[in-house]
Amino acid sequence: MREVNVKDLIPVVKKLCIDANYYMGEDVINKIREFQDREESETGREVLGILLENYELAAREKMPICQDTGIAVTFVEIGQDVHLVGGDFTEAINEGVRQGYLDGYLRKSMVDDPIIDRVNTKDNTPAIIYTDIVPGDKIKITVAPKGGGSENMSEVKMMKAADGIEGVIDFVVDRIKRSGGNPCPPIVVGVGLGGNFEQSALLAKKSLLRRLDEENPDPKWAKVEKEMLEKINNLGIGPQGLGGRTTALGVFILSKPCHIASMPVAVNVQCHAARHKSAII
Amino acid sequence: MADAIYLTTPLNDNDLQQLKIGDKVYISGTIYTGRDAAHKRLVDLVKAGKELPFDIEGQIIYYVGPAPAPPGKPIGSAGPTTSYRMDPYAPVLMDVGLKGMIGKGPRNQAVIESMKKNNAVYFAAIGGAAVVVAESIKEAKVIAYEDLGTEAIRELKVKNFPCIVANDVYGNDIYQEGVKKYKK
Repeated sequence: MREVNVKDLIPVVKKLCIDANYYMGEDVINKIREFQDREESETGREVLGILLENYELAAREKMPICQDTGIAVTFVEIGQDVHLVGGDFTEAINEGVRQGYLDGYLRKSMVDDPIIDRVNTKDNTPAIIYTDIVPGDKIKITVAPKGGGSENMSEVKMMKAADGIEGVIDFVVDRIKRSGGNPCPPIVVGVGLGGNFEQSALLAKKSLLRRLDEENPDPKWAKVEKEMLEKINNLGIGPQGLGGRTTALGVFILSKPCHIASMPVAVNVQCHAARHKSAII
Repeated sequence: MADAIYLTTPLNDNDLQQLKIGDKVYISGTIYTGRDAAHKRLVDLVKAGKELPFDIEGQIIYYVGPAPAPPGKPIGSAGPTTSYRMDPYAPVLMDVGLKGMIGKGPRNQAVIESMKKNNAVYFAAIGGAAVVVAESIKEAKVIAYEDLGTEAIRELKVKNFPCIVANDVYGNDIYQEGVKKYKK
């Protein structure tokens, strides 16, 4: 048994919030360069060039890549041999988010109740926290700030087994077609297959933690991802929806077993600012 | 893309009529910020026949909720937000003099019709290029609705703010035309 004081999580979460918002991952930068080389639209190439310039500027000026610094979606893998001491775990994560968003000059985008009052909480809390219990005595924290524009284009559909893989592909491609220029293309498309209603959505979200230079380890799904990506990039939406070939940089699938009556499919749309940073304690 | 067009606010009808979808435009002068919550308040004022917190005639509203200004900067990262959420409000503001909107993503048919009727234009800024945009903003001050935080209305002094004409006064829409051109 390893004791970890929850107060030690605070500075880690704070740094992850700031770093994720300032420093774009190399995988995204390289992928955009790759697509820029073969983008047919002149406007499209120019837009991709400005995105690359923006990532550089953000890192140099220590400013957030996008003004929408997102909901602080936080994934925590807790080793089952860890004993958390020293206070409330959830409050510690939120304190890290609070400090990161205040001290990092990140935008506070959370409102307290979603419908009636919509008053800003002024410190970007609460974070959305997912915990998994895993073997070992370490804690892995991943902060994936998620912007509202792309999140709004996401959807869960309870499909029928008769719809088959073709039906799933059509649904995913159609969801992106209907999103058009709204989610800040080029996007990354997270697809959650199976589980139940809420697990499919969480799978889609978690799929977005993969790097763009990593293949799906399951060749069956890697093939489907490739087919979806090709169809999405044939839609013509292009960078920022202004027309072109580069609509999505990648499609990521995660799947789980499901009920004999169900075939849940979730699409979580991620803008080009595919931000996530991790640390192990 | 053809050569860039340089515009200064407030916009006049000649400025607006020369613009075509796809034109690269650099805007200088004063522009105002506003997104969901501020638009609701502005439209409520118009409907109640009350005065707006700024003179909207010939002006541009930029759909943005900026990040806080770090020390030594006039504003934090300040890229556009998605525009369709302002579609229910935009025609009301164009009817009282608004001539330009800056945001990202397509507008609905009612907004496009209102742009034709009112000789107004919608410019697309590049979503997620928030530091590049912030570099063109030289001054920023809150002029209304400070309680809304990032959603307050700000008066911005901009120099060569980069954007692209997405809807012109002739009813053309780059989001439809661009996709048609590259769809396979």
